[in-house]
Amino acid sequence: MRVMVLVKATEESEAGMAPTPEMLEAFAAMDRFTEELVEAGVFIAAAGLKPSSESKRIAFEGASRTVIDGPFAEARELVAGFSIWEVRDMDEAIAWAKRCPNCMPGRSEIEIRPFFEAADLADYVTPQELANPRGGERGKLGVA
Amino acid sequence: MTASETDSNGETHRAIEATFRIERARLIAGLARMVRDIDRAEELAQEALIVALSDWPRTGVPANPGAWLMAVAKRRAIDAIRHDRMRDRKHEEIARTLDKEAGDATAAIDAALDDDLGDELLGLIFTACHPMLSPDARAALTLRVVGGLTTDEIARAFLSSEATIAQRIVRAKKAIAQAGLAFEVPRGGERAARLPAVLEVIYLIFNEGYAATAGDDLVRPALTQEAQRLGRILAGLMPDEPEALGLLALMEIQASRLGARTGPDGAFVPLTEQDRSRWDQLLILRGLDALARADALGGQGPYVLQAALAACHARARRATDTDWARIAALYDRLRTVTPSPVVDLNRAIAHSMAFGPDAGLRLIDEIPGADALRHYAPFPAARGDFLFRAGRLAEARTAFEAAAALTRNVRERAFLLARADACGETG
Repeated sequence: MRVMVLVKATEESEAGMAPTPEMLEAFAAMDRFTEELVEAGVFIAAAGLKPSSESKRIAFEGASRTVIDGPFAEARELVAGFSIWEVRDMDEAIAWAKRCPNCMPGRSEIEIRPFFEAADLADYVTPQELANPRGGERGKLGVA
Repeated sequence: MTASETDSNGETHRAIEATFRIERARLIAGLARMVRDIDRAEELAQEALIVALSDWPRTGVPANPGAWLMAVAKRRAIDAIRHDRMRDRKHEEIARTLDKEAGDATAAIDAALDDDLGDELLGLIFTACHPMLSPDARAALTLRVVGGLTTDEIARAFLSSEATIAQRIVRAKKAIAQAGLAFEVPRGGERAARLPAVLEVIYLIFNEGYAATAGDDLVRPALTQEAQRLGRILAGLMPDEPEALGLLALMEIQASRLGARTGPDGAFVPLTEQDRSRWDQLLILRGLDALARADALGGQGPYVLQAALAACHARARRATDTDWARIAALYDRLRTVTPSPVVDLNRAIAHSMAFGPDAGLRLIDEIPGADALRHYAPFPAARGDFLFRAGRLAEARTAFEAAAALTRNVRERAFLLARADACGETG
């Protein structure tokens, strides 16, 4: 199964300040952790995201579209980075996530979100379609 | 205890077992190098898990669980060696030899710990894929000790009985023990000579899942995923080996099409007719990236070339955008690296796409050793396609019918019969 691992933002990551020596050390630990994921065949993709001050939101309401400039409030609701892993089950994803070094100075969170897979759609598609999953737009998101 | 810590024992056990699964292959690799016996290494790893299941709920999961499990397992191994020696030797010798041998054993552990752990896993992979074993035996053993699959899971994946697979694994382990293999990564020229046996097995596992040769299931995706995982591990351990990267690129790109290879009714959809929006772009990106790294290393081997071929299709947003001339040129090169009638057949198909059906017919009729392809369904299927496109419909129909009679896959047969019918309708 594929999971997206969301690294939640903190006030520090949102501040976008130059990293302290401690943080640089934590980044090096993160590189080693990523290397472990690669060697275990778990790592698919990852990226860090710039603070919300450099981000935009597009608000939808009926036919109207409104662009909202960052920064956005509630740092903990924001995402500072993500990885995509291929794991056998959620237990394995959790076991890996616990090994992730803590790059933030204070409390921080990461969130594991499993991808929708064909089997999750059993109630909506026919058994034939289920046996031969149609990718469609979902395919672009890497549904297994 | 806080509320979250009082969760059921079951949850704690599952967490420990998940950690163990992550460490298992490396544990077995390190232990096998120490005791030179895969069975014993598996037992020792299992014993370490039992200790973890009893200790970790109290102490918590240690900071480096892999090292912890390895230390426990190695201690057990030494205890067993000591115990054996106590039993075997005369009593008066014990006191004298024990100290010395304990010293040796400690030195051995230190040496083992100094060894690069990745090197040990690679050593296990090379041992499980030793060319003295048959490809099937290599595949079963690799899935068992490196992939961590159960015998039952391997049997179901290979449409075989559990007893057959179990016996295959037992024999392979015995052969390795008898040959006295050291579970080391071969160096220099020997490494280059033995790498193809490793790559071959991973690709065999992939293909077993990708194109099931029998039965109703066109795809057994669990095996392709396992092979991709093995390929990613291998490429991670051998980042400077172009062929390991080439194999990984080939598998990632081929797997990107899994969702598009069958229609909603289960029918086989050929590459040129697939809905490309269903291709997994994430896997394509990974494949192209691995291929770029292989190219940067100057890779010219068969897997790099096959990955380059797969990449030509992956890059084309529409089937009509396919760079068939480049594909034809790549097949011209591939047949010099790995000459085979199957490569020649694909080369004929590529040339027919690039330069017209007559070019395909000319090349397919020139294939040396075409006799070997007589019972190979894609051969008459390709010939039928060239004839169809050249307007020779009656001959095309005969070729498609011959191909349909040869394939063991019911969905492929339906596809070929439909093509034979199409010749009748228009002709």
